[in-house]
Amino acid sequence: MLLEINQITRHFGGLCALAGVSFGVESGSVHGLIGPNGAGKTTLINILSGITPATSGSLRLGDLQIETFPAHKVAALGVARTFQNIRLFPALTCLENVIAGQHLVAPRPLLPRLMCLPAARRQEEAYQKQSLEILVRVGLGDRADLPAQHLSYGERRRLEIARALASRPRLLLLDEPVAGMRRQEMMGVAELIRSLASEGMTILLIEHNMAFVMELCSRITVLNFGSVITTGGPSEVGIHPEVIEAYLGKTDHYA
Amino acid sequence: MAQLTYFFAVYGSLVNFIGINALLALSLYVTLSAGQLSLGNAAFAGIGGYTAGILTTQFGFPYSLSLLAGSLAAALVGFLLGLPVLRLRGVFLAIATLSFGEVVRIAAINLKITGGAEGLMGMPTHTKTGFIYLVIIGVCYFLAKLRYSKAGWSFESIREDETAAAAMGINTTYYKTLAFTIGAFIAGLAGAMYAHLSYIITPGEFGFSAAVNLLIYCIVGGSRVWVGPVLGAALLTALPEILRGTGITAGPIRMFVNGLILLIVILFLPNGLVSLFQRCRTVDAGVLAGAEIEEK
Repeated sequence: MLLEINQITRHFGGLCALAGVSFGVESGSVHGLIGPNGAGKTTLINILSGITPATSGSLRLGDLQIETFPAHKVAALGVARTFQNIRLFPALTCLENVIAGQHLVAPRPLLPRLMCLPAARRQEEAYQKQSLEILVRVGLGDRADLPAQHLSYGERRRLEIARALASRPRLLLLDEPVAGMRRQEMMGVAELIRSLASEGMTILLIEHNMAFVMELCSRITVLNFGSVITTGGPSEVGIHPEVIEAYLGKTDHYA
Repeated sequence: MAQLTYFFAVYGSLVNFIGINALLALSLYVTLSAGQLSLGNAAFAGIGGYTAGILTTQFGFPYSLSLLAGSLAAALVGFLLGLPVLRLRGVFLAIATLSFGEVVRIAAINLKITGGAEGLMGMPTHTKTGFIYLVIIGVCYFLAKLRYSKAGWSFESIREDETAAAAMGINTTYYKTLAFTIGAFIAGLAGAMYAHLSYIITPGEFGFSAAVNLLIYCIVGGSRVWVGPVLGAALLTALPEILRGTGITAGPIRMFVNGLILLIVILFLPNGLVSLFQRCRTVDAGVLAGAEIEEK
């Protein structure tokens, strides 16, 4: 298990967004997190990435307890994420967005730059080349010099993934990576996620598109009203009566 | 050559003031580049100016050492102030730094050692034009290199989106405090140089209107690249003289033209006057060409 979520609870005033959520994410797996709107999926991702503190419960990443860590410390342990309401750096170009994402892996010290050392310049070229390779990988190589605010919706989502990849994470949290994408674009992202997983990266993703989740994820956790209904493989989850009830309602409701 | 001597005899002090104002604007630029709206930089200049002035007049410090001490004092106060107030965002930070500025101004009026409301006087006028511009070149070089270092990218990220920056592993408290402290250092340096330029400094010079003027320099010139604040400071400091040259001497009209320029820039050039001249490029054309080839 790379990530163990244990009895995570989160209250917002009187609202209980998460009520004791527990499940594990296996190393190297693509794990889906699904559930109706308001089930607490994004809250959980925010807690995992240290942006929102949990009211109670514990998180274990590798062999560290991380539930009290602030966001930048969680990130330093190799957790990168994207946001449901895209949070790019709009005024920066695509390449600059990815360069900014290299914060944890590229030291870029000031002193050699002040002295104009050729080594610093070579190093910078190498970093920029890495950034560009990531852009090419998500299919935005020809957009490198374009400000992020000029991108289409789907391209913004892919750029956010690129920025997250720039820190070479071992756990990637994707909050609705293909929301609002055309089918072809979606296939591209699915292909990208598969290739990342095949390189050993662990991916936890939230998505409403069931076909996408069922095809891509080896494990799926279903949340409803802040609690886990079930965790299992796609085939088990798809026929689980409570899951069907959560999504479609009870058939004998009016009987 | 004779003409140049004449120019300096007439406009020498203007050239000096442009330099000092440009330095002050650069100090605010650093803070702004990390997305933090500070109205405390005039007060940091005051701290630098008074520290350096007191050290030279009352303790017989040499010029260079007072400059250093003034800058460091401002940086230290900036650091200590930054720790609590940088938790505030946007306009709330502006209000907090503004009140800090008032505290400094009122302290300078009421303390004995600062000379009270009459100001501190008797500083030897050691600051020369050449030195001012040498410092500006040095600061600009430093800021240009800082921009593409790890700290510079962190500032950019925080300005663009603080939550996303934190999720990328940027310790936002650390880098915001760093930007604030560097800004305070440069402001303190400018203040210390100013104290040794004008023989006398008074508390009113580092008050609210000075703080707002710095912000206007950055807005008019542009706060995205270091050229902007220098340009804005130069233009707006020279404006009264330019207007005098065109025959407009009345005070209110000067304020009107100032306001008009600010309005036009905000409406039509949201990134400041620099956006007229250049588009900021960070990437080698060669690297980009490489990408196109790879994709084919």
